Amino acid sequence: MAQMNIIQSVNSALDIILDKDPNVCIFGEDVGYFGGVFRCTDGLQAKYGKHRVFDSPLSEGGIVSTAIGMGINGLRPVAEIQFSDYIFPAFDQLTNELAKLRYRSGGEYWAPVTVRTPCGGGIRGGHYHSQSPEAYFTQTPGLKVVMPSNPYDTKGLLITSIEDDDPVIFFEPKRLYNGPFDGDHKKAALKWDTHPKGEVPEDYYSIPLGQAAIEREGSKVTVLTYGTMVHVAREAAESSGIDAEVIDLRSLVPLDIDTIESSVKKTGRCVIVHEAPRTSGFGGELSAQVQELCFYHLEAPIVRVTGWDTPFPHSLEWHYFPSQERVIEAMKKVMEH
Amino acid sequence: MSRKKTLHVPDAPFRPGDKPDFKNLDLPKAGEFEKPDVSVDPSEIQNLAFGLVRVLDDKHKAVGSWNPKLKPSVLKEGLRHMTLLRIFDDRMLTMQRQGKLSFYMKSLGEEAVAIAQGMALRPDDILFPSYRQPGLQFVRGRNLVDMICHCITNSKDNVKGRQMPVHYSWKEGNLVSISSPVGTQFPQAVGCAMASAYKGEDNVSISWLGDGTAAEGDFHYAINFASVFKAPVILNVVNNQWAISTHKNFSAGGSTFAARGIAYDLPSIRVDGNDFLALYSVTNWAAERARKGEGATFIEVFTYRAEAHSTSDDPTRYRPKDEWKAWPLGDPLERLKKHLIDLGEWSNADQKKLEKELDELVIKSYKEAEKYGTLNDGPWASEETLFEDVYKKPPRHLRKQRQELGI
Repeated sequence: MAQMNIIQSVNSALDIILDKDPNVCIFGEDVGYFGGVFRCTDGLQAKYGKHRVFDSPLSEGGIVSTAIGMGINGLRPVAEIQFSDYIFPAFDQLTNELAKLRYRSGGEYWAPVTVRTPCGGGIRGGHYHSQSPEAYFTQTPGLKVVMPSNPYDTKGLLITSIEDDDPVIFFEPKRLYNGPFDGDHKKAALKWDTHPKGEVPEDYYSIPLGQAAIEREGSKVTVLTYGTMVHVAREAAESSGIDAEVIDLRSLVPLDIDTIESSVKKTGRCVIVHEAPRTSGFGGELSAQVQELCFYHLEAPIVRVTGWDTPFPHSLEWHYFPSQERVIEAMKKVMEH
Repeated sequence: MSRKKTLHVPDAPFRPGDKPDFKNLDLPKAGEFEKPDVSVDPSEIQNLAFGLVRVLDDKHKAVGSWNPKLKPSVLKEGLRHMTLLRIFDDRMLTMQRQGKLSFYMKSLGEEAVAIAQGMALRPDDILFPSYRQPGLQFVRGRNLVDMICHCITNSKDNVKGRQMPVHYSWKEGNLVSISSPVGTQFPQAVGCAMASAYKGEDNVSISWLGDGTAAEGDFHYAINFASVFKAPVILNVVNNQWAISTHKNFSAGGSTFAARGIAYDLPSIRVDGNDFLALYSVTNWAAERARKGEGATFIEVFTYRAEAHSTSDDPTRYRPKDEWKAWPLGDPLERLKKHLIDLGEWSNADQKKLEKELDELVIKSYKEAEKYGTLNDGPWASEETLFEDVYKKPPRHLRKQRQELGI
């Protein structure tokens, strides 16, 4: 075991998979010689060669479309989109091509592409370096959508995603790269060595997609969340003393509905927390499924805590970013019933 | 014949530890290319896409038919703007290092681009810059305090604290809001120009993007629409060699960027981006052509990004530290200054005096701007502005969310 942050755990997963499978190649903007603007691919080009880890033209549509072509012809490309805010020039290739290739060819063709992309706010990045666009992709049949919240899960889930024969959009919450973040920006930043999942095996391991993790056990209210908000929600439960069960979904598609269902049936209450805007956010889908499966067990209406339906602001970032206070307020609201 | 054993991947010419040497660059002499009539058929000037329009020669004299023959007062104005931009950038960088700005991007080595090109236009021409043409605002007389209020994201930031620093918007100066996603402004400028033509107005639109961004789809949409509709637009690729760590060899395989315009039947001109006079002249030519209804011009501005991409970047990791010093086209500010000295219109003492004056102006403006708040301590744009301008009027769900936040 080693202490790793998320940057190092991404690097370790890529290192292992490059070594294991000669058909894996990694490309994207600044990922080659430089090693990525967040250093996730640092040292990999020097170790595996220019043709396996390389810089691409600045063209997100070009990156995803050529990755599809490579995937059709036997490679297993891992493409990086530098910020998920910049994924949209590739939207057509992701949603109409990558997602539908297997289906439209009657199963004859597919492309095992993994798209890694940093997402989320909390870094003073304004609306072009802070977005959480996962719901555009969870609504696209054919794509798997993953968002880990710690170094251990990141490595195991990334290895699984790359080895998966279906395309995966792998969101990396960038506010978590260097340490867990509980939403309190005034507090000194914590490192991953303060969190049990900062311990990461150096060797190969995988975590199946579609399995949620219970971040904190509790019996009075279930909090469904993923990404950076896992830490905000956990600390909200800790600091308020509310007996909340915090579930880290880890993968949104496929979704571990069994874990969700049994938790909500146990607690009878459900709060959903995500950074992305509310309208048509993934929380809407979660809310609908919980209602369908747990209606007779619910003691209170489901409450969502989300980003507002505005672009992600720069100076008013902390008015937008869902805070522990808002999560506590939501938990109290459902507990009143 | 057999192919190489594996995929070809290009590289930058020099990496850290290498000694940069640009002697293989084929640099035409100043004055080598003739200035054509603005109504010329693009097919007759294809040589300009492979050459390099230069006016200032190695002895700091203005030569050849592209010499715009500007009055000394205009040259001095250009020098003043360029000097101000350099001082402004240095001050903002210092304040960023002190935590007063969340982010900054400098124009070092590229000051002539926005300033010479901006000065060659009319105030009603519409600007669609990338994030590396802040100098346009000096040309059009924007108040420094307003620029700084945006950069330090305080209560007087005209974009209400919604964007990162240097993402200016300035309606009064016809400068359209800058976006971080690169290249998006290029086809928008074409559309804007199409609207001018549609309305029978004779203003032009102009846009800039970088060599790296010339790989985005938006670049190709723009150049094609501009050609098809003969839009009164000037499209500039600022080839400064580097897109963060990505060398221009990853953006284009061989040839020049300007050469791409030939296939679209656009006049395509490669210009020395460190030569104030050449930039002014080429831009003026393109604007005149557009005003006459002859359509778009495509320009490759050949220069070098002397600074880091942004304050989030460390270029010593991917290029030689002294690469800019080896760049054969020199420092644009020094070149214009030496030209003015050669004309007997300026001296090093004048320059020192100017620098002192502008430094004081920037410091004074900074202090004034801080009165309206700072990024860290506020005040910022008020909390309710979070929900404004998403739509023209906030719909019910946004009004409700605003109440939820308690404001």
